[in-house]
This record gives sequence, C-alpha cells and structure tokens, in this order.
Amino acid sequence: MIERITSSFSTDGYWDLFQLVQNSVITAGVLGLMGGLIGIFIMLRRTALVVHGIAEISFAGAALALLAGVDVVAGSAVGAVVTALLIGVLSLKDKDTSGVTGVLMPFGMGLGILFLHLYQGRSSNQFGLLTGQIVGVDDMQTQTLVTGSVIITAVLIVIWRPLMFASVDPQLAAARGVHVSALSILFMVLLGSAVAMSVQVVGALLVLSLLVVPSAAALKISVRPLSVVLFSMAFALVSAVGGIMLALMGTVPISPYITTISFLIYLVCLGIGRGRRIRRQHQVAEVMARSARQA
Amino acid sequence: MAEVEPDGGRAPVLRLDDATIGFHGRTLWQDLSLDLVPGEFLAVLGPNGSGKSTLLKVLLGLQRLNSGRVEIAGRPARRGSSRVGYIPQQQTLPVETPLRARDLIAMGLDGHRFGLRTRPRALQATVDQLLEDVGATDYAEMPVGLLSGGEQQRLRAAQALASDPDVLLCDEPLHSLDLHHQQAVTELIRRQAQERDAAVVFVTHEINPVIEHVDRVLYFARGQYRIGTPEEVIRSEVLSELYDSPVDVIEHRGRLVIMADHVEGDHCHVDHGGVL
Repeated sequence: MIERITSSFSTDGYWDLFQLVQNSVITAGVLGLMGGLIGIFIMLRRTALVVHGIAEISFAGAALALLAGVDVVAGSAVGAVVTALLIGVLSLKDKDTSGVTGVLMPFGMGLGILFLHLYQGRSSNQFGLLTGQIVGVDDMQTQTLVTGSVIITAVLIVIWRPLMFASVDPQLAAARGVHVSALSILFMVLLGSAVAMSVQVVGALLVLSLLVVPSAAALKISVRPLSVVLFSMAFALVSAVGGIMLALMGTVPISPYITTISFLIYLVCLGIGRGRRIRRQHQVAEVMARSARQA
Repeated sequence: MAEVEPDGGRAPVLRLDDATIGFHGRTLWQDLSLDLVPGEFLAVLGPNGSGKSTLLKVLLGLQRLNSGRVEIAGRPARRGSSRVGYIPQQQTLPVETPLRARDLIAMGLDGHRFGLRTRPRALQATVDQLLEDVGATDYAEMPVGLLSGGEQQRLRAAQALASDPDVLLCDEPLHSLDLHHQQAVTELIRRQAQERDAAVVFVTHEINPVIEHVDRVLYFARGQYRIGTPEEVIRSEVLSELYDSPVDVIEHRGRLVIMADHVEGDHCHVDHGGVL
C-alpha cells in the first residue's frame, strides 16, 4: 500500500533523497513551529512590514560580511538583529514601526548594494540568502537553528502573558505595572533573531510566509488564545515541511512551494473565518439585545 | 486654595502633598495638596492639556512629580500596585483580537505576571465571579473584538475592580458610550466606592452623568486649580476667576451647564464643555 503511494511520486529515489535532506526537514519544522508562535505577536502588534524590512536589511549585513571576509550567514544574522533593535528604539515613542521601517529599508538596501559593488570577487553564488538554500543545511547549522528556535520559543512562553497584555492594551498594561517599553525592545530582539534564522530557510524575500501568513490564517478562524497558537504553529509546520518534501520531486526551488502552501491555507481560513464571524456577530447581537432588555 | 478637610477621623487613602508637575519648563499644576478618604468620589475637570491625565499617571506611579509627595494607602505611589484600579478611556479592540471576554478579564488579573499560569482553575472561578458582578456572564465566551465599545468598557471596569482596589482611577471611562452603558459603568464605579470603600478619582469632560455621586471637584485651568464641592467650585465667580474671563454656570434641572465663548483651548464651548 505504502509502496503504491510512494511509487506514484515522480522519482523512485524519493526516500533516498529525503534521507539526504533530513536536516533541512528538521530545521524547517522547528523554525515553522517557532515562526507560528512569534507570528501571533507580529500580527497583534501590526509589525508584518517590519519583518519584511528586517529581512531585506539583513542582506546589507550579509554583503558587509562578504566584503569583510567573514561568515555571510553570521553577517546577515547580525544585520537582522541590529535592524530590529533600531526599529524598536526609534518607534518607542509613537509606535509607528511601519514608518520607521519605511525610512530604514531603502538606506539598508542601499548600503547592501554599495558593499556588493565594493566587493571584488564573485558575489552571485553567495546570495542563496535572498531566495533560500535550505537543502544544503549541515549538522552544525541544524544544531544552531534548532537551538535558536528553542530559545526563542522558551523566552516567548515566559513573557507570553505580559507581552500579550502590552500588545492588546498597552495603556492598561502599563498601569498594571507591565514594562511595556522594555517588552517592546525584547520583542524586537526576538523578532530580529527569528527573521535571521528564517532567512536561512526561505530567504529574505519570503520570510513573511513563515512568520506572518500562518498566524494571519489562524487569527481568521479562532479567538481562543490556545487554539490560535496551535493552529498557527501547525500551519507554519505544514507549509515549511510540506514545501521541502514537494520540492524534492522537481527542479523548482523550495520557496514557491512554501509560499503557495501557506497562501492556500490562508485562503481556506479566510473562507471559513468569514462564515464563522458572521455567525458569531449574530450571536453577540442576540446576547446584547437580551441583556439590554433585562437592564 | 480651598483645601477641604477630610471627614473626621478617617485616614486618607490617597494623599498629595504640595505636588508640582510640568514638562519642558512649562508647569501643568503646582502645590497641589489633596486628601481623599475611603469612599470619596472626586471628579477632575479642566480643559485639554491642563494636566488631568497627568494626575492619573502620577497616581499610577508612571510619572514622577517635580516636587512634592504622593501617597496611596500610606505608601508612595508605585507602578503596578494592586491597591489601585484603573479604567482607561474607551478604545476599541481590533476585530481579530484572539481573546474571549473571559480571557480579557483574566489578563487584568494576572496579565502582568511572567511564566505560565500556575492555578488556571482557581483563576477561572474568579473570572466567572467578576463576569457575574458586572453582568457580563452572557458574553463570557464571545470574542472581545466583536463586542460593542460599551461592552468592552464594562469588561475593563471588571478588570479594574478585580483586585478590590482602595483607589479607583478613571480616565474618561464614559467617553463615547451610549446612555445604557454609561449608566452600567457608572454603577460599577459607584458600587466600588460606596460598598467597598474605594476612593474614586474620575477624570471627565462631562460631570453631569456622575454628578449625583460626586463629593468633590478638582478643577484645573491655566496652571491653577480649585477644589471643593461641586456647589463651591462650579460657580460663575469661581470659574471666571480661574479662567480669568467671564464664564456662566447655569443650573438646569440638577444639571450644570457651563457657558463661555472664548475660554482657552476648545474646552468650554457649548458643544462639549458646554453641557459640562
């Protein structure tokens, strides 16, 4: 039975190939779980554009590393975290993260282009970073990425309640003693690290599909905090791992698979969520009318 | 300035002593001394930018005084004190907020704590009780983003009352609510004051919805203030002197109407300061 199913795929050597990319699948899965989790706060804090900005500017970090002759991946990671911190600090006062991102992004990209121009060697093969290069993940990288994801997830769980409070109702949270600004900065550091790691999987251009789309989809279909989290993580996991497994069968790169799967999930959730929201609105209206009569 | 002595013998639960605050060289108010006893209801009035919300920030421990002292229940005001409840101005939550009514209340109870919840069952019991207290049991499972502004505000009141505070700070809690919800929220605040002996500081543009509960009025304008009973403060002579321009106060069926045509800021025009 299993044999019949597997043989219906395009290559006979699929499972052999799969063994080869085991590392990538593990990495993608773990990154997906982490991305689904942090994505909920990205949506709540309306920082989707910031994710894109950080990813783009991390490219400047990579280019600088190339120029300086150090590790390109490390360069992009440092670039991502520094950018995230900058955006966090500059938007503390007026909370306008999109505005700050819009200002920093062209400058960062400009620097990236300048560094590339100054670099004497061939740069084209170094820029898998822009479109994703997960198939080449080695044991060492897997370890680093898994460890990083676990740390980010753990920190998120510890600060979950105050971060949720500060994201939903900052004024009241501050009044209750939550250090809203400190949490904002900490969140940006986590976000920068999450982006830096996801860039390795799907590339700077498509980071949003792991960090934003799954939670956007989850928020369409549920309002229970725990189920939103579980849906979001599941969607990200399915997109990341499913994308790699499908990509193994053909010659198309991984990114389009991941983005397409996550977008399809989003579309389905959009449809389901619409119906559900209309039903809920009726329910709420009924309850409100009832209690108004009682009052 | 007219400093009214607290009721005989009861220790004040809120005390400001020669408090002064200002920003960037501009003084908002100075030498403010004030004692509130348990159960007392203070309405804070004044034009925009006169320092009403700043007073609340000081009492919440979020803003330092330039000079003077502020004490809540005998100790210096500090941020996050459970002795203080706070109802902010109504602000609508986005439709997709991933919280039900009961989650919002729970957040008011323990949302400031790190780590995972240790006793979720006991918490839910408390939440159920609070929902019942504010008459929101029917919405318990509803997404907060779909509730009306008035219902959301009722939940915020429940959050503020959760710790049974000694001091309840309200920042225009009735703003943009319909009459039905204005009454519901006012009733919750009144109950906390009268039945549970909380001192209430109620910042507002509109004193009339709460005027029957108000014991004293603190009126800020032009860097100065007046304090006293509504009858003492909301009078043509007093406000004219405070604003340094003619202000007429007209009493109409127990409601106070303040009329002025050129008072600073946009405060005392007939549209919103008008029926004050």
